[in-house]
Amino acid sequence: MEKRIGDQVSNLFEYLGSFLRKGIFSVLSVGPVPDHIAFIMDGNRRYAKKRNLLEGAGHRFGFLALTNMLRYCYELGVKYVTIYAFSIDNFKRRPEEVQSTMQLIQAKIEDLIREESMVNQYGVRIYFLGNLKLLSKPVRLAAERAMVATAGNTKAVLLICLAYTSTDEIVHAVQECCEEKRDRVRALESNGEGYGLTSPRGNKKDKSKRTIVVSDVEEHMYAAAVPDPDVIIRTSGETRLSNFLLWQSANCLLYSPSIFWPEIGFRHLVWAVLDFQRNFSYLKDKSKHS
Amino acid sequence: MGSIRIIKKSCTPSFQRWSNNKNRILDFGYEMQKLLKWISQSGNVGLRVLWLILHLAIAIWYFLLGVVQSVESFLIATDILKRYEALDISKVRYLAVVIHSEEARHLSKVFELLQWLADIGVKSVCLYDAEGVLKKNKEVIAERFSNAKLPEGAAVNGPLVTCRNLTMEFVSFADGKEAVVKAANYLFVKHYANGIKEKLQFTEPQMGEALGAIGSGGAEPDLLLIYGPTRCHLGFPAWRLRYTEIVHMGPLKSMSYGSLVKAIFKYTMVHQNYGS
Repeated sequence: MEKRIGDQVSNLFEYLGSFLRKGIFSVLSVGPVPDHIAFIMDGNRRYAKKRNLLEGAGHRFGFLALTNMLRYCYELGVKYVTIYAFSIDNFKRRPEEVQSTMQLIQAKIEDLIREESMVNQYGVRIYFLGNLKLLSKPVRLAAERAMVATAGNTKAVLLICLAYTSTDEIVHAVQECCEEKRDRVRALESNGEGYGLTSPRGNKKDKSKRTIVVSDVEEHMYAAAVPDPDVIIRTSGETRLSNFLLWQSANCLLYSPSIFWPEIGFRHLVWAVLDFQRNFSYLKDKSKHS
Repeated sequence: MGSIRIIKKSCTPSFQRWSNNKNRILDFGYEMQKLLKWISQSGNVGLRVLWLILHLAIAIWYFLLGVVQSVESFLIATDILKRYEALDISKVRYLAVVIHSEEARHLSKVFELLQWLADIGVKSVCLYDAEGVLKKNKEVIAERFSNAKLPEGAAVNGPLVTCRNLTMEFVSFADGKEAVVKAANYLFVKHYANGIKEKLQFTEPQMGEALGAIGSGGAEPDLLLIYGPTRCHLGFPAWRLRYTEIVHMGPLKSMSYGSLVKAIFKYTMVHQNYGS
């Protein structure tokens, strides 16, 4: 009996909270809303230390904070959300810590693709960005399953950066461009056409004769399918990008609240959106000229 | 014959009553539509007003914050606030400054900033602006900074200029994405052009070496100061930004010595984990 009343009260609070959020979002929607927000989820371990929790607990609270933030973003109408889940640099941590983080990530990926999860509720398609070959087989398979399971969702997109660094992404894109060009050249040669490989000038219609250009590299980036981020939010007050979306953040607002990731909440998202709106015309102008 | 019957039928009193009721319903529906439209327009106006009030409140907040920061930087500059005196500049091996291109045209402000950096003890600085205004004026800046025509002692080495113990590097948007593309073409010519069949795997050091070979191989700055309206690095070369601390200083026209000292001091107190 008491439990039922408790449930009803918490349902009521949730309903009120959702109603208030909708109200605030309708005010915010008067101005421009970011299309793409990226999160660097920093501070899980420091949060656990601050609260005297067990080591892995910080990451679990972090995942709860993530689900809430995703819900708020999709309610506001942000179409693309990118999260920095695991960097290639994080492999330098103690093996036990890496192992337990990987297990948590695998479990959470499997949670995400379940029928009743938030991902299906909001029609979210999941992509994994990064050098997935560096991941262990079970995690990689879980990631591939998630991408296939959500391929039919079209309302929003969630990009999870796993085994990712921006420099690795750039090297990978350059590698693919070079291989693509080599294949084109080989195809031409096998058709018996002469070709000067070192000559940069060429007929515009013949793509293989020209040198690699910026759009070729951008096509081969892991994040090629989505527009550049509008806001990057990094928690725990750190002001660096730590090798995250360096190529894509040329005209992106950087916001660094000083709370740890598990402490992030609705008000931080509202502040980030208001900051974006204040700087919108300047940033749009810059991105037109670049 | 049939049509006369229809006309007769339409003139009966019951049909007229039905027609009048229908018109009343239509009128009512039309009035309801107008009312809903009015409510939604007022609602929209109401939301707009709330949004404007919210942004006004934020503008006031930033204004007050600006006043507090100006007072603090005055206190730092006049040595009243002693805690920033223990600044250990050796922790900043390479400093970068991003300037909004419109403001970069005010070269006098740029000279003043360089003077302050030299006074603080910075040895190498990288000056970036997206349109390359600073790059175009690098001789002017170097001459004005050294207070004389560039002497033979001052080395003008590609993008680097050294005078009065301060090495300045001038960088623009073309040294970012365009430089990576040039490096890609360099790598293609080096590794694929002579038809090597084996599968190659480029590494990050190879990419770094390629960027150096095409003339965009500068060092990674420890700290990046942004002088402009927003906290945005405006296309600073991605390859060099991996672990750089990024600090927004506000517009160049309202720059102050005190806030510069505070930003550099805060950097020297930061401890990086580098992911581990």
